[in-house]
Amino acid sequence: MTSPRTLYDKIWDAHVVEEQQSGNSLIYIDRHIIHEVTSPQAFEGLRLAGRGLRRKDAILAVPDHNVPTTPDRATRVDSIESKTQLDALERNCREFDVDYIPMMDARQGIVHIVGPEQGFTLPGTTIVCGDSHTSTHGAFGALAFGIGTSEVEHVMATQTLILKRSKNLRIDVSGELGIGVTAKDVALAVIGTIGTAGGTGSVIEFTGSAIKGLSMEGRMTLCNMAIEGGARAGLVEPDEKTYEYIKGKPKAPKGAQFEMAVNYWNSLKSDDGALYDKEVFIDAADIVPQVTWGTSPQDVLPITGYVPNPADAKDADQKASIERSLDYMGLAPGTKLTDVKVDKVFIGSCTNGRIEDMRAVAKVVEGRKVNVAEALIVPGSGLVKLQAEEEGLDKIFIEAGFDWREPGCSMCLAMNADKLLPGERCASTSNRNFEGRQGPKSRTHLVSPAMAAAAAITGHLTDIREL
Amino acid sequence: MDKFKSIRAVAAPLPMINVDTDMIIPQNHLRTIERTGLGKFAFSNIRYNDDGSEREDFVLNKPAYRNAQILITGENFGCGSSREHAPWALKDFGIRCIIAPSFADIFYGNCFKNGILPIKLPQEIIDDLMKDAEHGANAVFTVDLENLEITRPDGQVIKFEVDAFRQHCLVNGLDDIGLTMAKGEKISAFEEKQKAQQPWLYK
Repeated sequence: MTSPRTLYDKIWDAHVVEEQQSGNSLIYIDRHIIHEVTSPQAFEGLRLAGRGLRRKDAILAVPDHNVPTTPDRATRVDSIESKTQLDALERNCREFDVDYIPMMDARQGIVHIVGPEQGFTLPGTTIVCGDSHTSTHGAFGALAFGIGTSEVEHVMATQTLILKRSKNLRIDVSGELGIGVTAKDVALAVIGTIGTAGGTGSVIEFTGSAIKGLSMEGRMTLCNMAIEGGARAGLVEPDEKTYEYIKGKPKAPKGAQFEMAVNYWNSLKSDDGALYDKEVFIDAADIVPQVTWGTSPQDVLPITGYVPNPADAKDADQKASIERSLDYMGLAPGTKLTDVKVDKVFIGSCTNGRIEDMRAVAKVVEGRKVNVAEALIVPGSGLVKLQAEEEGLDKIFIEAGFDWREPGCSMCLAMNADKLLPGERCASTSNRNFEGRQGPKSRTHLVSPAMAAAAAITGHLTDIREL
Repeated sequence: MDKFKSIRAVAAPLPMINVDTDMIIPQNHLRTIERTGLGKFAFSNIRYNDDGSEREDFVLNKPAYRNAQILITGENFGCGSSREHAPWALKDFGIRCIIAPSFADIFYGNCFKNGILPIKLPQEIIDDLMKDAEHGANAVFTVDLENLEITRPDGQVIKFEVDAFRQHCLVNGLDDIGLTMAKGEKISAFEEKQKAQQPWLYK
């Protein structure tokens, strides 16, 4: 009889090709998603070494980081560099015969939204992509993590990676989430609790009734931000909601194979008595809507809070870090967070660009008008866009004064034309508030879609519960 | 990949925590299809003024540190994005070794693939090394990967640890793709077994 294992242990054990003497393992990779930014050098490496793809049926390509989000994007070139990368992806996919979704295809979108939508993301699989937010797919009970370009090339050539087993970190959120508190708030509250390095070397398994209560979209938002807590991957055990989401998706198993798959997926649960290296327990009722004030996702507070004072820092490094953040963000210690005015609002990204996020925004802005210089709402994929338009959400957004765009990464990382001007302050549903993330000298406050929508209406950071 | 056996070089102090990969190489420089030529963009947001001139207060712009090959820095270095452009930029600038209390996982792994040695040491030792590094052109360290030793400017030797496989690959400049491809039969055997159990994963 084997000892009780965690969900992570089970997925890991099922993918060991070889245990190596150095303590590393050769791990099989089931699914590989690629985009235009981190793949060109990997394809070039294959070409130079005369190597091919080991499995063409296990790779899916879609452009997202660089794509313009304006309606004229079929004919417009943002920059020579962007065009070079987009063209290189298309050329490489043709040369290596990779399943490629072009920019003008209705299925195009952000890699981490497209994978689940196409049924490419499945429970119990190992999934990699040259993008740190690959952790998103962990919402399906898949071991999914970001890799660098050298590893992208390694997977292309061998369908494996040489890895060391991670530690098991359990984060349990039990109880009921309050009104106005979303998966994004849970994610930010978790990062605020464990810090941006709290998950380093670990895979986080999210457990507890509040997690089980989240929709698949919410679970994706939560796992998406596991990397911001330093964990390469986040996991939620698959359940009926998971199967319901997957059923009927284009690349999902069908008929008898689906039944066979569900049978296997039902075994993907941490055993009773499984040991975690660390456990953190959070009471769902303690979480209020969150907002970041600084330049790291761990610089987060309840919206009811005040900008911190460097004098209260626990050590010199922290003090220097807070001072630097406040200087960059243009904030004074002690400022009430709801008094902070914003110039722009961005809603979208692999964190919050799904249909549920669009609906949450529509609910807040319906019949109201935006009160900021620019409010951008960017669906995470063409299918999200179609669904939103079918529900009439686009009309609500446009009526309120939002700019309704084509799918892409957009202003989350400003690798395209969507970026903030220096010094501009933005309430954003994205995942990183690093210096310069949304454009040089841009200032980002991370929030949930509902909170971003509220800020768009009032022109300042706002407690959604009071709008 | 460049071999890393031993280097003797100036170490630059970068006493910041949570240095993220957006800071190491901002997104506007990721739109390349090459691995080379990114050194001039390393740390560009904190290294240059708006007009493109160098900021005098940034450590790697100071005469003593322009040829630094070692960085001494704070916890959680390299957090954020998986962009391998970060180690590409550092390597192209000339950095071969980064010493910090901790690194983000993806960045840490990416360094080894590019001839850069990341070394984790306890905060107290980093504090000492940081003071050493503040001595400008005199902050010369030796980092010996074969013997897992750092020699401080005053001659004191500090031991460090690295995963044995990574050490082996870096010391010998080995391409691990080639090593894994040699295990093709084992991978095929795994695939056959998995295909029988989970046919839905195969077309």
